[in-house]
Amino acid sequence: MTDAAARATEVARASYGRLVALLAARSGDIAGAEDALGDAFARALQRWPEEGVPDRPDAWLMTVARNRMKDRWKSAAECRRAPEAAAEDIMAEITAIDPEGIPDARLRLMFVCAHPAIDAKVRTPLMLQVVLGLDVATIGPAFLVPPATLAQRLVRAKRKVRDAAIPFSLPGREHMPERLDAVLEAIYGAFSVEAGEELREEAVYLSDMMAALMPESAEVLGLGALLLFASARDAAARVEGRFVPLAEQNVGLWDRMRLRRAEVMLARAGAMGDLGRFQLEAAIQAVHCDRAKTGETDWRAIEHLYVGLMQTAPTVGAAVGQAAAVGEVHGPRAGLTALDRIEADALAVHQPGWAVRAHLLARDGQTRAAAAAYDRALGLSSDAAVRAWLSARRDALSPQRI
Amino acid sequence: MRYTLFLYSNEADFADVSKADMDESKAAFGAYIGALKEAGVFVDTDWLQPSMTATTITLKGGERRVQDGPYADTKDQLGGYFVLDVADLDAALDWAAKCPSVHYGYVEVRPTAFPA
Repeated sequence: MTDAAARATEVARASYGRLVALLAARSGDIAGAEDALGDAFARALQRWPEEGVPDRPDAWLMTVARNRMKDRWKSAAECRRAPEAAAEDIMAEITAIDPEGIPDARLRLMFVCAHPAIDAKVRTPLMLQVVLGLDVATIGPAFLVPPATLAQRLVRAKRKVRDAAIPFSLPGREHMPERLDAVLEAIYGAFSVEAGEELREEAVYLSDMMAALMPESAEVLGLGALLLFASARDAAARVEGRFVPLAEQNVGLWDRMRLRRAEVMLARAGAMGDLGRFQLEAAIQAVHCDRAKTGETDWRAIEHLYVGLMQTAPTVGAAVGQAAAVGEVHGPRAGLTALDRIEADALAVHQPGWAVRAHLLARDGQTRAAAAAYDRALGLSSDAAVRAWLSARRDALSPQRI
Repeated sequence: MRYTLFLYSNEADFADVSKADMDESKAAFGAYIGALKEAGVFVDTDWLQPSMTATTITLKGGERRVQDGPYADTKDQLGGYFVLDVADLDAALDWAAKCPSVHYGYVEVRPTAFPA
């Protein structure tokens, strides 16, 4: 890649969402803004290698995109929210915008993408596309959706933003907690999609960005810390393509810089005295990561944190984590009893639930039942490395007792 | 931006409401309309007779067909509507959340296809 191309790519990641937000804010036309911006980036890739990268690349891209939008509005009444006369006003307004002058433009776009009027399952992909400029071919596989289907859903969502006039503004104090929750949930969704390893870093980027834009919100910092703690272990969780579970990871492979940043972020969040789900999850990860310093895992602390998490956000995942912690502190029987208290239908299709059950059964000497539980976990895993690890565990069960 | 609020509720819930309850409901809607007018967002409204009074007509397929009853025979039925003129969807949703019927039914919020 040439320097100019590399620079365009870098600017794209950092500026894409901000420029989309600025171009679409008044008209609500995200698709139109993206088209114009796509043209501007294409132009940049042609011109920058010859003419050099401009001093203010954002402003350059904004001007080109703006002119593109103007051309299109002249040729057709594209802007439904404000046709004809109003289009002139909007153009004048966009022209007056300094792309570096509104730092929270991307933040507003995040709230648009995670608006309750947008279908919950589209929010995460919409955010990845509109804020980061990722294409459907990259996003689709992670959500196990064919690109054409995903593209359709995204088009529909953008149309809704425009036609229903979802505002590009920050929610008022009254609605902020639930709206912010939806934004954080959507970012977390990008981090935790099963097939989406390449999206994990994008989610970390988005949560970092949120932490920079809303440094006064404890849960924003909580999510930031959670994703940093969890992603710091990525290199240790896959060694030469093999899956390595947390308990067996070489802590020397954990990303110390990331862990340090996570600790600082969580401490800042904790000082605000507004405890929430993401801070509790981050705290659980923090205890796990302390193993790098102390050499052991404080399961009692983890068990305690899960009690808080179950009071705040009682999900199946949290209940399974709690059962695992109970198993470590009070023995496998107690862990199994905790598992049996979880709603059976939800647990039946929960892969980690079966993996934890298998582990607890094996520790309790119930080898036959453990093998069956490993099989259930295997049936629910699509990740080849995780499957290989589960089969190895099952095969390692003492054969004479099966 | 114009939005129409469609008020849906289960008519069976009102099968035997007292006159007092009815008066209270009318007063609540009256106050709501007053608030909408005061805020300068009110355009239009109507309160409809129960769906058993509905008659549905179509010329689809070329011939005139008239049928007794509402178009869709669902548990929750359209009982009235409001047309509001507000800035955006969030404002429309905030007004919808203040509509008296939102406590016992559903309010569907739809934007106009002819924005000003």
